[in-house]
Order: sequence, then structure tokens, then C-alpha cells
Amino acid sequence: MLQTNLKHVESEGQYNETLQNNENVMICCGRMGPMCVPVYDAMEDLEKEYTNIKFYDMDFDIPDAHVIRNLPECRGFMGLPFTVYYKNGKVVTATTSIQNYEQIKEILEREY
Amino acid sequence: MESNQYDVIVIGAGPAGLTAGIYSSRAKMKTLIIDTGTIGGQMILTFEIANYPGVESTTGYQLAKTMKNQAKNFGCDILSNVRLTDVEFDSKIKSVTINDKDKYAAKVIIWATGGRSRMLNVPGEKKFKGRGISYCATCDGDFFQDKEIVVIGGGNSALEEAVALTKYASKVTIIHEFDHFQAFEHAVSEARKNPKINFIMESHVVEFTGGDSLEKVKIKNLETGDISEKKIDGAFIFVGYEANNDFLKDKDIKLNDWNEVLVNNNYQTSVEGVFAAGDALAKRYRQITTAVADGTIAALNAIEYINRK
Ligand SMILES: Cc1cc2nc3c(=O)[nH]c(=O)nc-3n(C[C@H](O)[C@H](O)[C@H](O)COP(=O)(O)OP(=O)(O)OC[C@H]3O[C@@H](n4cnc5c(N)ncnc54)[C@H](O)[C@@H]3O)c2cc1C
Repeated sequence: MLQTNLKHVESEGQYNETLQNNENVMICCGRMGPMCVPVYDAMEDLEKEYTNIKFYDMDFDIPDAHVIRNLPECRGFMGLPFTVYYKNGKVVTATTSIQNYEQIKEILEREY
Repeated sequence: MESNQYDVIVIGAGPAGLTAGIYSSRAKMKTLIIDTGTIGGQMILTFEIANYPGVESTTGYQLAKTMKNQAKNFGCDILSNVRLTDVEFDSKIKSVTINDKDKYAAKVIIWATGGRSRMLNVPGEKKFKGRGISYCATCDGDFFQDKEIVVIGGGNSALEEAVALTKYASKVTIIHEFDHFQAFEHAVSEARKNPKINFIMESHVVEFTGGDSLEKVKIKNLETGDISEKKIDGAFIFVGYEANNDFLKDKDIKLNDWNEVLVNNNYQTSVEGVFAAGDALAKRYRQITTAVADGTIAALNAIEYINRK
């Protein structure tokens, strides 16, 4: 499990449930690595501001993380973390590698 | 004292800024630390730290968290992920504005904005970041199992990371602009004796191309001017660091030709009441230990400066 203050997606079942039950969802799938930690940190701050969006992380190395690793929107991704934004269960944007607070905020403003 | 008025404002929450905050808040100075990114600075970019005395081996994330907690426990206010939009350093009371709206004033500023990895700034670099281009071998190396990659750069990081990447990649080509390396001899010899590594010297990468992910690099031979293309699966860029002092251009604080802050023996800049510490300074050795030392000295001098006024 990742050591963040975010809620974690820990299985495929929970992933499906989360997308089914929430309109706006952001999931950052990574490790506790240098490119991932700043994204979790920004999400923890943005979570307070954007109460209409559910923020989650997911451990890249658990088998069920294939739900993110194999998304068509993540094809060609070779940089951690894979960060995916969903609206009504559908992917609206996905990014690879580190993004800063401003870049994430811009996506949230645009998509939600 | 009003809530937006401080004795000390520290700009940058890497090891230099956090240490300055620890010393100044412990001396009962009302202290605010501001960072545009994540608390911890470059420590967050470091998987393993084995040369910080007193701690046998730790992760950058853990060390950053401990320093942040120490600063908070001594009473520092800390703001992260904010935008620094204006600074006013020349007057007696200094001020900083964040997010274009919130203004904070202080008697003293400690500038500790550190540094960042330099980008190549060539076409395709932004587009393929995370799609074949990486700046972190430990993070992304395993995406390149049995693949062909290039490593760009000729310093210690480039050579050490090239050797580390041979654990995954089938072939690693180091591309470097000079005919010799600036790295330590042992790093050069480790790379030279590795059978998976070869070298393209006196050359610049001038463009990255591909579709969904990176497919080719264009390489210019600096001697002949010829441009060739090389098919690759990945590129790791380690071309040095630069100080985060863009904000100080056109301000009164004296910088050297590389945009690094110049200070006197008391770590005070050319503007009275503005001190500086860490990798943002003009200095030779950039380490956590040296940043922590700079932060300590800058804070102690800043405290003395306030007490004298
Ligand atoms: C990959 C890597 C591995 C390393 N490994 C080691 C190691 O093993 N041991 C070691 O001792 N050193 C190591 N270093 C070097 C060490 O991390 C740095 O020397 C040290 O972090 C410098 O500290 P600093 O506080 O001066 O700056 P930084 O750590 O760079 O922190 C500066 C902070 O200022 C913030 N900032 C920048 N601009 C602004 C602005 N305009 N407004 C507000 N905030 C701003 C940044 O977001 C950042 O958080 C490593 C560096 C890297 C990149």
C-alpha cells in the first residue's frame, strides 16, 4: 500500500465500484518514487479544494493495477506515475510522469 | 502581530529552507516557509540517501517528512504548492505575494529556492516526456527491459545512471557533447568497461521524434555538422542542474553569470535583510549536508540581524 494520505484503490472490484458510484474521479497509479510523490502531494492539497472530485492512488505493482496499466489511453506511457481522470466512468484525460500542482489544477478546471 | 506579518519568510522548502525554518522558529521568530512545489525539494527526487550523517540510510521522502515535521513542531507556518507571484525586497519591511492575491510581510527573507535538472530544450522533448524520455533511471528503468536506449550527458549522473540502466536495457548509448567526460575517473571507467555501453562523442541531440512514444533521436556531429538519425526506445537526460533563480532576474540581488546568488560571509545577499542558502547559491558542492549548513548559518545571521535592529 502506498504511504499517502489519499484513499487507495486496492483491487479491480473496488476500482469498478469507485467509477460506478462517482461522477468525477482522479486516480494516480504509481510507486513511492521521486516522480510520483509530488503528484500525490498536489492531490492531497487539491482534495480540499475540489470536493466534487474523488481523489485516489493505486499501487502500480499490485496485479490488479492492470486496470490502469492496460488502458488504451495509457498506451505508450513509460514514465511513472500513470494518472487518469474519469467522468461518469469514462477516461477523459491521462498523463504520464510527474505533473506539478498547476498542471493538475489546469486539467481539473478543464475537465470538471 | 497581524497574521500575515512574520519575522522571517523563507522561500523554498528543501533542506536549506527547512533548516533555516527550524533554527528561526526555534529562536521564537515568527516564520513562514513558502514553496511552489512539494516540501522537501530535491530530496524528494532521491530514492536512497546514504551520506546524511546520523541516518544510516533513508529515502529522500522520509528525510523530507522528518525535516518538515521538525519545522512544524517548532512553530513554522508552511505553505506548499503555491505560486510566488511578486516579491518586494528593497524596502525595510519585505513582502511576498502568492497566487496574485495573498501578501505576506517580514523583516527578513531567506532565499532557498535550490535547483532543478536542466532540460535539453530541443523539439520533441516535452512531447515525449514519460513516453520514452525520462529524467529518473530508478523510476522508469524497468519500462526499458531489453530495449535500446540513449543516455544524454557526460557528468557523474549520466555515467552512473547509464551503468545502472544496463540492468534493464539491451544496449545503452551515451551521447555527449565533448570529447571527454566531466565525471570522476571511477565513473568513467565503470561505464567504459561495461559491454552494453557504447559512446557517441562530440555530438548534440537536436530532436526527438516518434508516434505514441519515442522512436528516434536526431544527432548532430559537432565536428562535421552532419545530422544522423538513430532508432531507439528510450532516452534518459542528465545534463546537469541550474539554480531556480529566474525570479531574481531584473531584481537588485546580485547573481553571477550562471544565475546563482552571491552572498557575503554572513550569507547576506547584496540587498540588506535578504539572506540566501543552499543550491541557489554560487557554490561548488551541492549536497543535503551543505544545504543544511547554509540554512543554519543564514538563519542564525538573520536572527542576529533582526535582534540588532
Ligand atoms: C536525483 C538526485 C539525487 C541526489 N542525491 C543526493 C544524495 O544522495 N545526498 C546528498 O547529500 N545530496 C543529494 N542530492 C543533492 C541535494 O538533493 C541538493 O543539494 C539539496 O536538496 C539542495 O537543497 P536546497 O534546499 O538548496 O534546494 P532544493 O532541494 O532544490 O529545494 C528548493 C525548494 O525551493 C522550491 N522553489 C523553487 N523556486 C521557488 C520559488 N520561486 N518560490 C518558492 N519556492 C521555490 C522548490 O520547489 C524546492 O522545493 C541529489 C540531488 C538529485 C537531483
